[in-house]
Parts: sequence; structure tokens; C-alpha cells
Amino acid sequence: MAEKRLRTGSDFTWRDMEVGNIVTEAGNAGLRRTGDWRSRRPITDKEKCNKCGLCWLYCPDAAVKLSEDGYYETDLFYCKGCGICAKVCPRAAITMVEEEEK
Amino acid sequence: MSRRIGLEASFAAAEAARMADVDVIAAYPITPQTHVPERLAEMVADGELNAAYVPVESEHSAMSVCLGAAAVGARTFTATAGPGLEYMHNVLYVAPSMRLPVVMVVVNRALSAPLSIWGDHSDAMAVRDTGWIQVFCQNNQEAFDMTLWAFRVAEDPKVLFPVMVHFDGFHLSHVTEPVILPEQEEVDRFLPRFHYPFALDPDKPMTHGAFGAPDIYSEAKIAQEVAFRKSKKVIIKGLAEFADIFGRHYHPVEPYRTEGAKTLLLTMGSFSETAKIAIDRKKKRGESVGLINLRLWRPFPFQELRRELKKAETIIVFDRCSAFGGPGGAGCSEIRSALYGESEKPRVVSFIGGLGGRDMSVEDFEYVVDRGREIAAVGSEELFATGGIRGEVTAIRG
Amino acid sequence: MAEKVIKFGKNLVTTEEFLAEGHSFCTGCAEVLALRLACKALGRDVIIANATGCIEVCTSPLPVTSWRVPWIHTLFENVAATISGVEAGLGILMKKGRIPERDIKCVAVAGDGGTSDIGMQALSGAFERNHDFLYLCFDNEAYMNTGIQRSSATPYGASTTTAPAGKFSIGQITWKKDMVKIAVAHNIPYAATACPSYPFDLMNKVRKGAEIEGPAYVHIFSPCPTGWRYASDLAIEIGRLAVETGVFPLYEVETGRYKLTVDRPNLKPVEEYLKPQGRFRHLLDEEIAKIQERVNEDYARLKANVAALPA
Repeated sequence: MAEKRLRTGSDFTWRDMEVGNIVTEAGNAGLRRTGDWRSRRPITDKEKCNKCGLCWLYCPDAAVKLSEDGYYETDLFYCKGCGICAKVCPRAAITMVEEEEK
Repeated sequence: MSRRIGLEASFAAAEAARMADVDVIAAYPITPQTHVPERLAEMVADGELNAAYVPVESEHSAMSVCLGAAAVGARTFTATAGPGLEYMHNVLYVAPSMRLPVVMVVVNRALSAPLSIWGDHSDAMAVRDTGWIQVFCQNNQEAFDMTLWAFRVAEDPKVLFPVMVHFDGFHLSHVTEPVILPEQEEVDRFLPRFHYPFALDPDKPMTHGAFGAPDIYSEAKIAQEVAFRKSKKVIIKGLAEFADIFGRHYHPVEPYRTEGAKTLLLTMGSFSETAKIAIDRKKKRGESVGLINLRLWRPFPFQELRRELKKAETIIVFDRCSAFGGPGGAGCSEIRSALYGESEKPRVVSFIGGLGGRDMSVEDFEYVVDRGREIAAVGSEELFATGGIRGEVTAIRG
Repeated sequence: MAEKVIKFGKNLVTTEEFLAEGHSFCTGCAEVLALRLACKALGRDVIIANATGCIEVCTSPLPVTSWRVPWIHTLFENVAATISGVEAGLGILMKKGRIPERDIKCVAVAGDGGTSDIGMQALSGAFERNHDFLYLCFDNEAYMNTGIQRSSATPYGASTTTAPAGKFSIGQITWKKDMVKIAVAHNIPYAATACPSYPFDLMNKVRKGAEIEGPAYVHIFSPCPTGWRYASDLAIEIGRLAVETGVFPLYEVETGRYKLTVDRPNLKPVEEYLKPQGRFRHLLDEEIAKIQERVNEDYARLKANVAALPA
């Protein structure tokens, strides 16, 4: 339902409402891109990173993900660019850079 | 074997909740509702009823507790009156919108000021548009029957709307009448166990009560409106099933000796029984009169009413509440709306009376019919008249 | 990805996100960080009731939801009553054998307005009735969701939209309502303060509050870049400074016994906490001194409680 709404807008009618407006797809907000709010993006220097995980722990948007190699990567689909990860990084491995229009 | 015992309407409603094996009761005491929760608390304390009785700190919380309990799949019940109903007003809208089938008894009481603990329908009319299924009772047997029926309809998977059962404060709530209580086996046959398909459950996480931005709120409300109107089928089916099992027949609109009657009096609640005696007396004198008892208040039974009313010349609607600056009583404006589309429509006269516990005698209703006919003869400029009130008020123009 | 835990010293934190990405909290919001951490501590077997407010609006715009646990919102002022119903309903259905016996935590989530102002009556009732639930108050010190109006949790001297600083006003002229004291006065088994700048302390308290039988209350300091007017990357520092200056001490009260969970022998001057925030920018030295005096008094009283009734 949510996908239909997010993609097709006006095709979504009252008939598509679930009983009691209950949302039965848990966590479907994950479909929403919040990365386009961003004016700055975090860049991680893997040389400096010691995989401590604080950027993951303190991210308000749950946008930092643990990857297979043990490093943490920011999912730019969600990252709003607040810069908290850069602030809490004990090794100063994360820098915030301006987003530029391409 | 069913039993016939003397019960107040309050105790009769409590018995219905007990026989429905209700799971959660949340209530706050307010006159004249008190005997309902008192009796239920006693049943729980004595082990006659296996339920959680939540003694909340306000009516607002009473309804809020019911919402939470219904959302986990519990059969929930509460009762309130007058100002208590208004205090939970904000919460009332939530139950139908979220399709939580709470059952509530409203022991009708006037609203302040002046403070009055006695009966009228101001409380009910103020919650008219909250989206609850609403019925009125004429007597204590109906208080039992309608409460039991309310669970059947509310919890039907095709309905899932809350139900309000209205009965008059003191006139019914505190008066003992013989009431037939059915066998538990019959009740169980009538009322299946509540299964809420959207119960809050960690194994099936769902979000209840998400917010609606302007781009979706209207669709949500229309979906609710359509579902609410559709619930009338089950409302009527439920009444038929009730008749099959218990032998008592109820209808959204109940005509009493209306065959060929030129003047129809329309009443709701316990006054209908008094008014019936007035109709009997008039019939005896050869007058062409009849009575309509309006049982189902929401969803409003437009079709049934039109069928019953359109052949009459004059309809006198008796409302037990003020509707300040409006077109007469709240009931009357609905009746006028129902008839507006008819090519030949009867005159509709609005009477307001029985306020704040003021009794209406048989003679009072005879007078209401006589006066109503006079007003109807004069024409439609009369906005409303009063019944049983010292110093008649008629011909008020806006 | 399968659930994993990440180790931070002796602390283990699940990688499971019970609150999905894609929510609409402001950039740099510490409230959602606190909520995300609290959810990790609570785990899967939970039912959450949410009062109207930032959290409700930012996590549930129809037809989507951020919630991966069962969640219900009804109104603003009644979350403690709604969760009372959830708890009572689960209890009786289990007792009657209608649903399997299971330990499901009942958790209420609200903001400071929904708690210390409009939700106070329902909360007091739920505490008094001794429901088994955890109440989490996410305190961002004003009605942020409606546009930074003052609440009874707004601190002295803060400028808000309904108590703005001006030529004749310093903004808020009343002192912050002490919700933990009010909770403790109900003789509930557990009350605590927490702050997302101290994530493990926060998660431990949430876990403890959920596990304790009976009502539990955790008051969570939730720095708000939008309403407090500080840069979006400063939330963690602001939270730390609130604790290190004694403005928002971290403690818990378990069956009436007090414990400071983060104890600073020497508090930093409150000025360090106030300065980075736009909402306090207008304050003069004498007002800051007044705040300092009040913080000293309150902290001394708290220390006295810890000494008199140690955990």
C-alpha cells in the first residue's frame, strides 16, 4: 500500500485505506528517502577508522550501517547530514563536506 | 430456563456485560451511572465475572483504557453519563476512527449549568457525530437486550465500530422493573467470542493510530463513513438474530399503532412508553394518531423513517434536549432532513421538553399532540414549542 | 541482515533497528536517537503507546510507519491511560487463557508537554493504580511539535514562542517542573533520568524500568537543535554539558533509594551549557548566576538524598 502511495500519488483512493487506518507493513517508512534533506555529507577515512562503532551508535537516523568488512558505512538514502557522527568520532575519521548540485 | 427478576436498568446492563463475559471494564463514577460500575465491580470482587476492573481517575481515561484494551483484543465495556460523556468527548472520536469496538452504556443526564444530575438527552445529542453506533432503550429489558446486542454488532468483523447504548437517567437507571435474563447457553449462541483481527501483537507488529496529513485524511474519513453506513446491514441482522434466539423483536424504527394515522408523535427512550399510553387514550377517542419510537440513532435510519412517516400529515418530534438557536431539537432536524426530498411531505413540529429530569405525564403527551396539531395547522413559521414546561414558548422567530 | 550485537566494552548493543529509517525527525534530533536506543534496550516483546507529539508525528505519517514493534497512538493527553488499557487487556486475556502467557513489556512514550502538562492526570492515575508499565518521557523542554511553545518543563530563562525573551522579559520566568520528584512521590518502584549522550546508562535504565514489576518512569533529556537553537551536530555535547554542569543530573530512584549513575565531583559552570544555545543567548550574567545558584541547590539536595537513602 505504502509503495503505491509513494509512487503513484493520486491513484491512491479511499478504497486503498486499510481498516481503521492501521498500517500493517511494519517499518515501511524505510521506503522514504530522507537523504535529500542533506546539505552536507559525511566522508569516512578508512585509514583513520578503528571500527569503534560510535558513529553507528549515535546516528539519530539509523543511517550508519555495519558492513561485511567491519567498517561502518553511511547509507546516503537516509543520512540527513547532521554531522553528529563526525563530532563523536574519537579519531576524527569522519569529515562533513558540502553537498553540491550536479 | 430464563429467569424473570426485578432489576434496575443499571443492573440489567451490568448483567448483560457479565453474561457477555466482558474482559475489561474501565469506569469513573458519575450519577446516575454509578450503579452500573458498582454492580460490575461487585461481580468481579465476588468472582461472578472474570474481568479486569480498572478504576480510572476520569471518564477521559475510562475511554482511553477501553481503547488500549480493545486494541489488544479484549472485550471492553464502560458506562458514563452527561458531563462524563462530554469529558471523554475527544476520545469518543478515536474509537470508531481506529475501529475499536468498545461498548458503552450512557445513562442519559442533562448538562450543566445549572448543574443537574437528572435525565435528558443533551449528552447523547452532543456526541451525535462521533461515529458511534447509537441506540436508545425504552425500558429495563431493553437495557439488557441492547447491551448484549451491542457486543454482537460492534465486534462483527464487518462492523468493528463502537456502540453506545442510551437509557434514561433515573427514569430507567434507578427504577426496578421485571427483566427476563436468558440462559448463558443462549447468550453464548448469540454472541461469539471476540476476535479482533488487528490485535497489537509483537509477532505481528502493526501501527494503530498513525497520523493523517491533508493528502490522506479525507480519504481516511470517507472510508470510515462508507464502512459506518454499511454497518447497518449487520445492525439489522443482529436484531433479527436476537429475535430468533430470545424472542424479542427490535427494529431501527418502531411504529406503534400508526396504521392510517394522520398525526405521528416521535419519541426516543423511556418517554416512548408513556407516550404510547397517550396514543392509546387518543385512539380510544377516535383520533387519528400513532407513535414512532426511534431506536437506532446512528447510523440514522433514513429509509425506514421515510417509509413510516411520509404518509402522515403531521409529525410531532419530541426532543429531550435544547439545540440553542437551531431549527428545533436535534431529533427534529434529522427528521426534517429525512423528509426534505419527498414530493409530498408532512409538516414537522418540534417540541422540546423533559429537560433535566422533568417528568412527562400521559396528559402532557396528550397536550403535546393537541398543541402540535394546532401549530401544524398555523403553518411552518413556528420553530419549536415546549412540552411540560411552565409558560409555553412558541412562535419564536429567528 | 541477521541480528547481531556490537560490543562497546562490556556493553552489547543489538544491530536490530526497531525504529525504521525514513522517519521525519529534524536533522540532528537527539530525541529520536534516545528513542532508537531505548527501542534497542526494549527489544521485540513490547507494545508501545505513544502520546501525540514529535515522536508520533515523525514516525507515523499514513500510510507509512517507522515502527517494527506493535504501536498505538490515540491522543495527546491520555497515553498513560491507553497503556493502562493495553496492560489490563493483556493481563486478563492471559489469565483467561485467550492468548498465550508471555512477558510483553507495556511502554508509554510521550513528550514533556504530554507528560508534565496535559497528560499529568492520566499519568498520576496510572501510577496510583499500579499498572505494570514503563513510561518514557522524552523531554525537549517545550512544545516542539507545534512550534516551540513553552511547557512546564521549559527551563528558567529559555526563550520560546509563547514565553519569548524581549525588552521586558527573559523568556521563561518559572523553574522547570521536576517530574521525577512527582513520579517518586507516587511511591513507584523505579524512576530515573537519562540522556542519549550516555547511551549505555540510558539503555540500562530503560531495560531496568521495563523489567521491574509495577510502574516505572524514565525521564529522558532530549536536546533539540530546532527549538534550542544550536548547530545540528552538537546534540551529544549539549547533553554531556547538561550532565556535567549539574543542570540535568543522571540518577535513579529504586524503591525510594537514590543513586547518581554519573557522578561528577566538580560540576562545570552552567554557563558552558547555556552558551551554545540560542534560546539562552539573551541571558545576562546576573540571570546566569541565578541559574547557577539554583542548580547548586538542587544538586546538593540530590546528593543529600543519595547520602540519606543510598541504593
